[in-house]
Amino acid sequence: MPGTLIVAETSGTEVAPVSLELLAAAVALAADGAGPVSAVVAGGEAHARTLIEHGAERVYTAPEGSLDPGQAERGASAVLAAREAAGADTVLMGQTSLGRDLAPTLAFRLRAAAAMDCVALTLADGRPRATRSCYGGNAVAEVSWRGDVRIATLKAKAWDPAEPDASRQGEVSAVEADAEQRVRVVATEAAESEGVRLEDADVVVSGGRGLGDPSAFAMLEELAGLLGGATAASRAACDLGWYPPAQQVGLTGKTVTPALYLAVGISGASQHMAGMSGSKNIVAINRDPDANMVRAARFAVVEDYKKVVPALIEAIKALD
Amino acid sequence: MNIAVCVKQIPDPETPASQFAVDEAARRVVPAQGVAPVVNPYDPQATEAALRLRDAAGEGTITVISLGEDSARDAIKHALAMGADEGVLLSDPAFANIDNFQTAQALARAIEKLDGIDLVLMGRAAADWDMGVAPIGVAELLGLPVVTIARAMSAEGSTLTVERVLDDGFQTVEVDLPAVVSISNEFGEPRYPQLRQIMLAARKTVQVWSAEDLGLAPDETGEENRWLPLEALYVPVTESNVEVIEGDSPEEQARTLARKLREARLI
Repeated sequence: MPGTLIVAETSGTEVAPVSLELLAAAVALAADGAGPVSAVVAGGEAHARTLIEHGAERVYTAPEGSLDPGQAERGASAVLAAREAAGADTVLMGQTSLGRDLAPTLAFRLRAAAAMDCVALTLADGRPRATRSCYGGNAVAEVSWRGDVRIATLKAKAWDPAEPDASRQGEVSAVEADAEQRVRVVATEAAESEGVRLEDADVVVSGGRGLGDPSAFAMLEELAGLLGGATAASRAACDLGWYPPAQQVGLTGKTVTPALYLAVGISGASQHMAGMSGSKNIVAINRDPDANMVRAARFAVVEDYKKVVPALIEAIKALD
Repeated sequence: MNIAVCVKQIPDPETPASQFAVDEAARRVVPAQGVAPVVNPYDPQATEAALRLRDAAGEGTITVISLGEDSARDAIKHALAMGADEGVLLSDPAFANIDNFQTAQALARAIEKLDGIDLVLMGRAAADWDMGVAPIGVAELLGLPVVTIARAMSAEGSTLTVERVLDDGFQTVEVDLPAVVSISNEFGEPRYPQLRQIMLAARKTVQVWSAEDLGLAPDETGEENRWLPLEALYVPVTESNVEVIEGDSPEEQARTLARKLREARLI
């Protein structure tokens, strides 16, 4: 029996936003005839209720903490039990700390392939396909799966979250997570970052090697603060020690999709574009009119940032 | 402690987009003219991690494995020049265009064949396909535990303590050897090979193992047996719709930009 199982994660006391995006993807597949939507989540009834309201017809609850990052062995046993119970042939999860470990683990246990970090799922002549970015965003690949079981992780914010409907009903049952967890978690700590979390920010102000000087980040932080946004950097700037690696955007850093991405002194190498090309609006401040970032932008100021950024700060203050 | 490090030679991820091309019919990347392939940027960190563990333990052998065409020898030589001891190239026409799942199978067989490996280290992903599947696959196929995306690592007896990078923080875990660990770019600067070491590495012999040497069945290799068939590969079309903000002074440009952003309700 076909169907789609999503692996839901939690963030604090809530179901994580990416999990509602997974439900949206699963509901869309169901509309194309992929079968019923089910979900597995660690924790209690409240999460199950949320998942049902967002489109899950069945929810399997696994023991608290068994789908936390670093728990892929226990997590895999819970997901395998839920998949068996649901009879699902497609298993979707987020491209998260857990999903990065869990999807390949499930793939090798089920001898099925996993497509990682997908941005679209489609049916071509009834056969499912996934679209994903590769070569640092320079190329797009469309892949299918050999065999009848399909596993995929979905890129955050590539789908709009499913809409809730409080009238929806669904079944809830429990699954075990009984595998031995050979990797033992000793401690988990949150990254220290002041202000808005980079991945959640509606506005990101980002600096690159073109700044020429690490002290320029103070200016970018002021601008970000004024706009209620977060400050980020390219790999080149982080490698030079100008900004903390935790704030790096790109292939080897964070992926962000803010409403506004202000790129200052960033040329737009594919390595960087891979982390921010999903931004809704890009503004480039760069002296090079031919820079890739200028081409990708909605608005560009081709000028020395040292003149433009302070003037922009004043101009924004004057708006209010 | 005997360590295997898996490395990969890839097209330079810093290749400018203007020089990047795909043969859509063959579903393959066309090598950019004059841009030499490089070691996957995460892999020197995996080698560095191996060297630090070996140096701390004062004993052990580091074997570098790469699957690829003859050019993958360069990735092996780079690790040897950094200080690794031995190299193995997995090379076979049947390995052309295989996927990450098949690669993991070949690497797992090679590690079994080496015998007595306590720790397998790899980069967190290869920057070309960016899947991050192989370290987990090797661990699953060998029945070993795996820790991914490590930024620091230390060994005490046969227990590894690993600090790993999460989406929004860090995690410290313990695992008993034998195990597989994938290394992140946060691990720190890999050592730079000195000229003398490069020359010594050039003289080291690299063993070459074929699919048959690894005991891989014909249906475990070959592009036609991919777990994840590649249906299409293309360069995304990007149209430039940029509006360059003009003005007589940076102040005027800034004011115009601020106004346009406000009109678009972005600020």
